[in-house]
Amino acid sequence: MKRPVLSKAVLAILFIVFLVHGGLRLHRHRHFDISVVAGPGVSRVVQLSDFGPGLRGTMADTKVYFLEGAEPGGKAILLANTHANEPEGLLAALLIIENAMVEKGTLIVIPQFNHSASRNTRPGDGYPLYFEIPTDWGSKRFRMGNRDASPLDQWPDPDVYIHYPDRQLLSYIDARNVNRTWPGRPNGPLMEKVTFAAMEIMRREKLDLAIDIHGAETMFPVTNCIVAPEKSNRIATIAALTVKAKEGFDSHVEPSPMGFRGLSHREIGDYSDTLPFLLEAPIPFLDQPTGPKTEKLLLDGKDPFLLSLARKKKLFVPYDESGWPLEKRVGQHCSVILEILNQYSKKNPERSLLVRGIPRFAEVLRDGVGHFFHNPAAAPNDRIYSN
Amino acid sequence: MPVIMILYYLITVFLAALLVWNFLIEKKKTEDLVHYLLVLIPLVLRLLRVK
Repeated sequence: MKRPVLSKAVLAILFIVFLVHGGLRLHRHRHFDISVVAGPGVSRVVQLSDFGPGLRGTMADTKVYFLEGAEPGGKAILLANTHANEPEGLLAALLIIENAMVEKGTLIVIPQFNHSASRNTRPGDGYPLYFEIPTDWGSKRFRMGNRDASPLDQWPDPDVYIHYPDRQLLSYIDARNVNRTWPGRPNGPLMEKVTFAAMEIMRREKLDLAIDIHGAETMFPVTNCIVAPEKSNRIATIAALTVKAKEGFDSHVEPSPMGFRGLSHREIGDYSDTLPFLLEAPIPFLDQPTGPKTEKLLLDGKDPFLLSLARKKKLFVPYDESGWPLEKRVGQHCSVILEILNQYSKKNPERSLLVRGIPRFAEVLRDGVGHFFHNPAAAPNDRIYSN
Repeated sequence: MPVIMILYYLITVFLAALLVWNFLIEKKKTEDLVHYLLVLIPLVLRLLRVK
């Protein structure tokens, strides 16, 4: 064999080896399912495409869990994994699906709101593909997703994303970010179809509250807070003061900016009668000046570079050697959600929601997040859902 | 699949074919051969709908 031909053959073989090795890992990640054990409170599970037919058969379609109480009352929706690289939202939502019992009213939970993003990975930043949570029966594995939907499901990106209907110019990447595509439209790009379907749930079910659960960098000013527009401000403020007084953690209130379009806490309030809230818990993993983006950093939130920056007062949250562990972030979300439901119920007794079984901040911190997940191997088949 | 996405897949096929053709006709420069294959990786992953 001539030398050039031999070189080409060797290079071609190396190309195939790298392609198969890397490609298989990405393929497995995209098709990895998380088992969810529907708790006793889950009365029915439907698809988001039931409210937005344009999603049917696409990777953006996702499960919607209904927890309906025996007594009619208020209705609330919880949206998690709007950004699928902020897993505290997903874990809080799953913990609620597996444990909550609704006595009065209805709780609707969408744990993988941007389902396509949950099956996407972050190029370039070295994110782990999965993370595992220790439970009482072994460890439970979750997909680590990305902030934006996969280009496999919505492609190409525009040069500039023009928000519908306000026509505000946003970054091109925000066309795949479901927290920029509210209120959506039935015939728009895929991510606008996702938000349109969620708006349809709010309009058809006449929802009182919508809570969008997130995580934010410690160096980002809008972190450790409840973002609320004018109409939700009163409930958000009382909820923030109550968790501070009763449970000892901060979650201050940030106003929803009127001039920044596409965000859930702005558009849900403007285009429906539902009161929107967006919860942010600090997630050190997302900060730029950290060490390697490892599974450990994702779970315990400990980073020496952030610690150094905290000493220089460069962070927007208190930060010490204990980091900002997942238990703290998930527990904080659970307590704030419960307090928003509680405060709304007090103010609107005829539309109140009574929910039990959701652990509060101190319980999650003490027992760990995994303690509240049920073993799919020990659960009846008709209660297990793949997400 | 929207029409514009189909068009982008066709563009990807075209670019991938160009790279493969250049790889096949290159006689001397090993560095260029490596470059063709490196650039080809994301295109093939997209065409296989992996990434």
